[in-house]
Amino acid sequence: MGRYLLRRLGLTLITLVLVSFAVFAAAEVLPGDVGRTILGPYASQQQVDQLNHQLGTDEPLVKRYVTWAGNFVRGDWGESPIQRVPVRPLVLERLKNSLILGAFALILIVPFSVALGVFSALNYGKALDRIISISGLSFVALPEFVVGVVVIVVFAVQLGWFPTTSQVPSADPVDIVRQCLLPCIPVMFVLFGYISRMARAGTIEALRSNYTRTAVLKGLPQRQVILRHVLRNSLLPTITVVSVQVGYLVGGLVVVETLFNYPGIGQLILTAATGHDLPVLEASVLMIALIYTASNLVADVVSALLNPRVRLAT
Amino acid sequence: MSALDESGLAADTAAAQVDVRRVRRQRRAELFSAAIHSKTFLVGMAILLFWIFSALTWRWVVTNPQAVDPGATLASPSGDHWFGTDNLGRDVFARVIAGAAPVLTVAPLATLLGLFGGITIGLVTGFYRGWIDDIFSRIVDALLAFPLIIMAVLVLASLGRSPRNVILVIGIIFTPLIARTVRSTVLVEREREYVAAARLRGERGPRIMVVEILPNITAPILVEGTIRLGYAIFAATTLAFLGLGIQDPSPDWGLQIANGRAYLQVAWWMVLFPAAALATLVIGVNLVADGLRRAVEE
Repeated sequence: MGRYLLRRLGLTLITLVLVSFAVFAAAEVLPGDVGRTILGPYASQQQVDQLNHQLGTDEPLVKRYVTWAGNFVRGDWGESPIQRVPVRPLVLERLKNSLILGAFALILIVPFSVALGVFSALNYGKALDRIISISGLSFVALPEFVVGVVVIVVFAVQLGWFPTTSQVPSADPVDIVRQCLLPCIPVMFVLFGYISRMARAGTIEALRSNYTRTAVLKGLPQRQVILRHVLRNSLLPTITVVSVQVGYLVGGLVVVETLFNYPGIGQLILTAATGHDLPVLEASVLMIALIYTASNLVADVVSALLNPRVRLAT
Repeated sequence: MSALDESGLAADTAAAQVDVRRVRRQRRAELFSAAIHSKTFLVGMAILLFWIFSALTWRWVVTNPQAVDPGATLASPSGDHWFGTDNLGRDVFARVIAGAAPVLTVAPLATLLGLFGGITIGLVTGFYRGWIDDIFSRIVDALLAFPLIIMAVLVLASLGRSPRNVILVIGIIFTPLIARTVRSTVLVEREREYVAAARLRGERGPRIMVVEILPNITAPILVEGTIRLGYAIFAATTLAFLGLGIQDPSPDWGLQIANGRAYLQVAWWMVLFPAAALATLVIGVNLVADGLRRAVEE
């Protein structure tokens, strides 16, 4: 187990280094002239060159990457040349706001989707199973802004139960629901589709297995067969899917936060990308890659802990 | 080898080829009939065909989607304007029907681009394996560590916003994803006897890939293509909504919803009708994909 963990950790670090380089290269190479973007089309070439020199953007790419990565690891994330504020507090603040939204969505939707997926599998082939499968299939396909505007029009504008734009909630549970529920519904639709489908497929496979047949034949009550034999095996792949969906969730948040004008990291990435705010863009995208790889790592470790076939293998 | 043997071999090969064609035709017919008997497939197809029809014929069916009626801005749905008018007094019904055209241009082209790249890479990596395959797998893993929409935002913000760039970005992001699916089917096919036979006949790698393997994996490619088309519609309209894709005054649905956002309190019809249109289209495509997938699996 220890060796497994160590190897997994090493692979995660390598992925992060690769991703950080890709992020840096994509952000720095593509946009063309940073100085020109900041100063606008009417500045003279001399002014542009001078600013580029000040910002260090005229240095070779690899050298700039090493400087940037070194500073990043030491906690110096630089200053946003557009917003004129230090990058680290800004990105971390926005990240915290997004985590509130993401955690709210996951806590609500994961148990619900898993339960419906398992229920669907236990009623395999019946009308209810078909209804759950088809709605999951349709929910996955719906772009977040489509579901988003519909819930805004119905629940915020017509019924007036929720605000049309969301702020960061206070610690009060009522306020959390008030601010977070509407923006979370679109991503919960998509998550429901993926997670329930996976839980259903895993359960169907486990139900058809020999160990389930053995458990039934040796006379265990159905409840015990399902809880101890079926679910323990069927939910393993579901854990992996949930962690992969954390990556999706961040992408979905870009849209939802824009729609609800919520100050999260998705909205920050969009404004940084359109405004060529490179330090902010690089730091936020890297934080997202970090969260994503970390959630994959946690998922692997959790499924290893739950699965003796992985846990005991050296 | 005597002349007699050789002519016998040629006759055998010709007979085998006719046989192969017949088997393929028969399989296609079975697939078609399985699909046609699936309710999911039929419902999805009906929705999809309706929007394709709208995209092709809106010019002759509805009024000009750019025509402005200054006397009736933000008018609610009525006999004159079935879906109401927007903030400039443009007819929302006309714009919803015409809005099928930009989506159904960008998304299929992006899907085709991704299919072309994905099939090529998938065939090569799956057939040759080795170091090409290893490098490719690493790249795909790194790519998947990234929310796709963020990647598209990064690239479009720097390349500039145009329908062409949207097609390019979505197509390029799709390429490794499609390649992965194609590769996994090629891995199975390359172990089949007909591939070994082609090798024995002295056929070269590229010919085996294109002439022997490709025709046998059209069904999974068709399913993958349909699923990707759904994602392409999702991605293209989302990018338009974020202001990174097609620009005004195009009647694109994502753009209409983005514009209508400012008028939510007074004119729900500006967003709800394009939203409903887009929802039916993506669900339709997904139902078609699901119906096809089931038909192929059977």
